Amino acid sequence: MAKVIGTEVLRKEDPELITGQAKYIDDLVVPGMVWMHIVRSPLAHAKINGIDFSRAREMPGVIAAFSGNDLADDWPGPLLMAWPVTEDINNPSHWPLAKDKARYQGDGVAVVIAETRAQAADAAEAVDVDYEPLDPVVDMEAALAGGAPVVHDEFGTNRCYVWTHTNGEVDSVFASAPVVVKERFVIQRQVPNAMEGRGVLCQPNPAMGDFTLYTSTQIPHIVKVGMALGTGIPESKIRIVAPRVGGGFGSKLQVYPEEQLALTLAKRLGLPIKWTETRSENFLATHHGRDQIQEFELAADEDGRIRGYRINIKVNMGAYLMLITPGTPLLGAWVYCGPYGGEAYGIEFTGVFTNTTPTDAYRGAGRPEATYAIERMMDVLAKRVGKDRLEIRRMNFMPASTEPFAMPGGLMIDSGDYDSTLDAALELIDLDATRAERQARRDRNDTKVLGIGFSTYLEMCGLAPSRILSVLRYAAGGWDAAQIRVLPTGKVVLAIGTSPHGQGHATTFSQIVAEDLGIPVEDIEVVHSDTELAPLGMDTYGSRSLAIGGVAVHRAALKVVEHARKIAAHELEVSEDDLEYDGGTFSVKGAPDKAVTIPALAFSAWTAHNLPDDVEPNLAGTAVYDPQNFVWPYGAHICVVEVDTETGHVDVQQYVAVDDVGRVVNPQIVEGQVHGGVIQGIAEALYEEAVYDENGTLMTSSMSNYCVPAASDVPAITVGHAGETWSTTNEMGFKGVGETGTIASPPAVINAINDALSHLGDIDVGRPATPERVWRAIHGRGEAAPEAAEGPGAGAGTGSAERAAAEGGGDAQ
Amino acid sequence: MIPAKFDYERADSLDAAIALLQQHGDDAKLLAGGHSLLPLMKLRLASPGVLVDIGRLKDLSYVRDGGDHVAIGALTRHHDVANDSTLASQCPIVSYTAGLIGDPQVRHMGTIGGSVAHGDPASDMPTVLLALDATFVAKGASGERTIAAGEFFSGLFETALNPDEVLTEIRVPKTAGRGWSYQKFQRRSQDWAIVGVAAVMTGSNGGAAIGYTNMGEAPMRGTAVEQALSGGSDAAAASAHAGEGTNPPSDTFASAEYRRALAEVLVRRALEEASSR
Repeated sequence: MAKVIGTEVLRKEDPELITGQAKYIDDLVVPGMVWMHIVRSPLAHAKINGIDFSRAREMPGVIAAFSGNDLADDWPGPLLMAWPVTEDINNPSHWPLAKDKARYQGDGVAVVIAETRAQAADAAEAVDVDYEPLDPVVDMEAALAGGAPVVHDEFGTNRCYVWTHTNGEVDSVFASAPVVVKERFVIQRQVPNAMEGRGVLCQPNPAMGDFTLYTSTQIPHIVKVGMALGTGIPESKIRIVAPRVGGGFGSKLQVYPEEQLALTLAKRLGLPIKWTETRSENFLATHHGRDQIQEFELAADEDGRIRGYRINIKVNMGAYLMLITPGTPLLGAWVYCGPYGGEAYGIEFTGVFTNTTPTDAYRGAGRPEATYAIERMMDVLAKRVGKDRLEIRRMNFMPASTEPFAMPGGLMIDSGDYDSTLDAALELIDLDATRAERQARRDRNDTKVLGIGFSTYLEMCGLAPSRILSVLRYAAGGWDAAQIRVLPTGKVVLAIGTSPHGQGHATTFSQIVAEDLGIPVEDIEVVHSDTELAPLGMDTYGSRSLAIGGVAVHRAALKVVEHARKIAAHELEVSEDDLEYDGGTFSVKGAPDKAVTIPALAFSAWTAHNLPDDVEPNLAGTAVYDPQNFVWPYGAHICVVEVDTETGHVDVQQYVAVDDVGRVVNPQIVEGQVHGGVIQGIAEALYEEAVYDENGTLMTSSMSNYCVPAASDVPAITVGHAGETWSTTNEMGFKGVGETGTIASPPAVINAINDALSHLGDIDVGRPATPERVWRAIHGRGEAAPEAAEGPGAGAGTGSAERAAAEGGGDAQ
Repeated sequence: MIPAKFDYERADSLDAAIALLQQHGDDAKLLAGGHSLLPLMKLRLASPGVLVDIGRLKDLSYVRDGGDHVAIGALTRHHDVANDSTLASQCPIVSYTAGLIGDPQVRHMGTIGGSVAHGDPASDMPTVLLALDATFVAKGASGERTIAAGEFFSGLFETALNPDEVLTEIRVPKTAGRGWSYQKFQRRSQDWAIVGVAAVMTGSNGGAAIGYTNMGEAPMRGTAVEQALSGGSDAAAASAHAGEGTNPPSDTFASAEYRRALAEVLVRRALEEASSR
């Protein structure tokens, strides 16, 4: 039997995607469908004194219009918040529409339902909301200061929680360490910007009291729980379907107001309710990511050997706690040490409410922030003790091991060999020549200087062992499920509890089944993302699908094999012990031509004409897998940049990525994940930043002024390999790759920029390293204050049109 | 992202377009390539009552040798301007700059006339045409007239066009043999310029016409730099005057302070490039 795992099978998902045949939410149309449009607060903080729908209700096509208070009786519970990280967390009720106050620009305050989408949009403009403006608080540190406006009056503070974790004697280590370096880093807020925005279609079946909610989500199973809790509709009466989903990056790991609104309105009105998010709404009302202020101390010996980590982080929650808002930063809480050793580790997170869009998971969720911090610190430590930046990393790497080992934060790592990926990455770059060129340019005072940046990262993913989630106070488990049905003609239907939205589950999981059952990849159909067809699962996020769902698939296949073995022994008239199994064929030991295959056994199991007494008809297998540990991918990324010191422009000239993600099922899919992740991380380092002005107005609110780079703006990426260090967490050796690129790359880029400028003095370029930020750092101009602009949305966005609109003139031709 | 309600009229001829503009007055907007107007309408920053679509007036799409100038029909797409051989040989700064506008989709839909009539100080082409002392031809109910580029751009989205006039042709002087440069500084390849600088050498004595993109309410000439050059300053010395007379915006892309610093760098680079070819 040829190996299937580890080969580059072409993605079977692609034909419908690249020919435009795939059906996304906005493609779905059902008879009698009507549209909802959300009225959103233009103000970041305002009391709602009243809402007058009289004009809106007169508008053409309008069916109904409601405020949050109008619908309050339909909501026995607030939107699901699943991660109260501390016992005393301040957890405000978050309703699908604000009832008393709007707390961020974009907060939904009313909903209008009309026959067409355009009618609903027009009528929403005619809803008169009586807002009483309140002072907003936007900046995290200002929000914690005395006298700041309070986002949620009932708490009397903007402090949401303080979560701490300590391992070892942190204070005594710091007191005795000869070297302590301390830095502050700002991790800017980002807008995830999945290519497909969100959307919902809720179809009621009034006669039977059940509902089908189509939604563009990563988590149909969790949404189902959220809908049941939020609306009181029995969970058994709710079916959630995620059709083709055009990316999520964490932004669709969420239970959203619009989902609960559509379900509520479908129940109230007995009509199918449709909503398609606009890109403008996506900027305001789909959760944001990142947004931390970090203070990081490293304690070390004089030679640079790290002894301890002490980290204090403020995290912007935004205005409300959504599904895992408070817990998202904790996903990075253990990897602020990177792949480095040490005897003491102390970390504290403070969650802070502000009048901004809520934050939550964004690709990497907590680990990019951690990796940025430690990889910047390693460069700082190297400089402080006078060591080469590679040497300081290598001397602090935890030793290579194929067995589990303890790390400074107190968890166990499955396996690792951190020198190996760095060695492989260095093979792909001519470091000596690059260093020589860097020096030559400095020597001749070239205005274009070169820099080299390193990022040797460690991350934890495969979310997550349910027992550890319990300790962390997360409300759900971390297991997942797979069901295999072998059809009478030998084809396979694999139903999975994970929920793909671009990753390639259908191909990857088919390869696992193909190898286990000897059935061709093309004969395996993968069913997912429909709560009525898929086994109960925990969906897709946190690089968990392969490391958990994939293991469940393998275990389900083994159950099929065990089921088939009984039938094979019966048909071949030998005991099970006398059978050999290889790649889908059972044969009798010593008599290999006495054999029977899985498809033939599936037919026997279907006819059930001649089965042993204790064997059930139908060849099938189901497995649920709950991991006992996380998985811990790692790698080394190297970036070479050229910085134009006159303009601040940064050009990424070379990017090398070597990641060891454990056992690889499909190398092409893995490489694609690395490419996408690295590009997203380069965007984080150089381009993307969500900027609010002091009024809480999102200044970067469209694709024209929130800078998602285009293909022409990103470099070619060189991906190398160091081998596969299999995970010991699961028997398949799987780790995860969905987030590694985004986790590893931002510090590689920023370290390269700071290296490029290191001869110019004590320069620390922050992120994103926009041309102006770099220019200011070089020329000592302090922090930019471009946000103090002429008005909302001012800028060279739509040309100068938004600026003209802000000035109240200049209607554009 | 959903525009307010509007009426739509398609003009079958230039005269029909002018008649529709007369009929609807200030309520009407011309629609050519739509790549400036439609985004504004979708964001509801513009809500015209009537769109008069002139996109199918094929006889306004051309590039012709006009003797001492090259005539470009107002409805000529950026892509066609960028790839025109007459322009490439007779006025290469125009075809080069057209190739920098937006992305391929924008260049295949957007028109040179639309870019000029829109009057956006962040657009590249108006700056280049201003530096070239181009001439614009407008036709209205009262007949046809020509307007010098220096008198055309009057403010933020304001031009010398009357509400019932259609811009029909852009005439650019031939510059073959004169050095030129357009320096566009942007964050992403499809972005508007944070700052753009056009330079066209005016003779052999180091003089040059300078144009600025996104340094004020309208595309503007770099008069202070031009004067320094004619007074004998070299590129580095003249570029020190780049910020003079400008009023650049501060926005999420850049502060005014940074734009002024960029302008100085870009003027020097533009002059160095222009004088070397």
